[in-house]
Amino acid sequence: MNKQELIKLVDQGSLAESPPQFDIGDTVDVHSKILEGEKERIQIFTGTVIARAGFGMNETFTVRRIVAGEGVERKFPINSPRIDQVVVKRSSVVRRAKLYFLRDRIGKAVRLKERRRS
Amino acid sequence: MGKGILGRKVGMTQIYDEKGNIVPVTVIQAGPCHVLQLRTVEKDGYDAVQIGYEDKPRRLASRSERGQVGSLSSKRSKKLATAGVDVASRADCEPKRFVRELRGSTDGYEIGQELNVDALAEVKSVDITGTSKGRGYAGVMKRHNFAGQRATHGVKKVHRHAGGTGCSAAPSRVFKGRRMSGQYGNARVTTRNLKVVNVDAENHLLIVRGAIPGPNGGLVVVEETNKLG
Repeated sequence: MNKQELIKLVDQGSLAESPPQFDIGDTVDVHSKILEGEKERIQIFTGTVIARAGFGMNETFTVRRIVAGEGVERKFPINSPRIDQVVVKRSSVVRRAKLYFLRDRIGKAVRLKERRRS
Repeated sequence: MGKGILGRKVGMTQIYDEKGNIVPVTVIQAGPCHVLQLRTVEKDGYDAVQIGYEDKPRRLASRSERGQVGSLSSKRSKKLATAGVDVASRADCEPKRFVRELRGSTDGYEIGQELNVDALAEVKSVDITGTSKGRGYAGVMKRHNFAGQRATHGVKKVHRHAGGTGCSAAPSRVFKGRRMSGQYGNARVTTRNLKVVNVDAENHLLIVRGAIPGPNGGLVVVEETNKLG
């Protein structure tokens, strides 16, 4: 086996069995497990998926939302066992893989056109 | 010798631990190695175990390398046999590409024995020795983390230089040990006390936490650490 195959073999054990399914531009609820002392609770972060980056173990996605007039972005590793589930609330019509242009927009301009799934 | 093995660095990746934290790890393909010779105080003046890793094609191995691992017939061996002298035993394996001696007692080791990575399964931490990536003749900023000089304010063509190196008329010389530019890297480096994260005996893989010296594919020597705690 060559080096890449061996690395892949090591990664295998840490990859999520069923990684969350969503598309760029989706409005999602990210349910992440948070450990507070001994107790574990679920925290929900709602926003628009604006990017996916990396592959394999390094793959992450970025969720953006506006909180109190301030843009907030959070990056999540797709394979993290701390991500309980990702619920897609709404899909949008988008024509690119990275929606970084949303960072320059405020107010109504942030809205994306909804895509109806058949 | 404590528990030790030879291997090649495969590369780095990251895995999740049982708490869901990301752990940066280095993957090492280690073993199987053969014990080629045993050094003893009585015979050699020191205790060590000589182990070899990775087979070398016989056509590339010299006669002495082949004779090290197997018995070759020669005028000398015939002479010794007729004189009734005991010839040192051989490992009886293929010639090895990498041969290293690991210091320490030879208890529990015998010539020809195969060493596998599962010997390290019980070990908590290891020391890993390799050859660091060569950086050639490097300046003081890269080699010693000097700050360099300013980009503006009248600095002329010396932005990455060191600045002053000493005093004036007394002592009229630069003190020894002054850090300057020079060859950086391509040196033997040991990283100590690396935690063993996992051992995959089936694929001969050793997974340790953190980085180890050298490029991917570089030869490394793995030994159980003698650091406490």
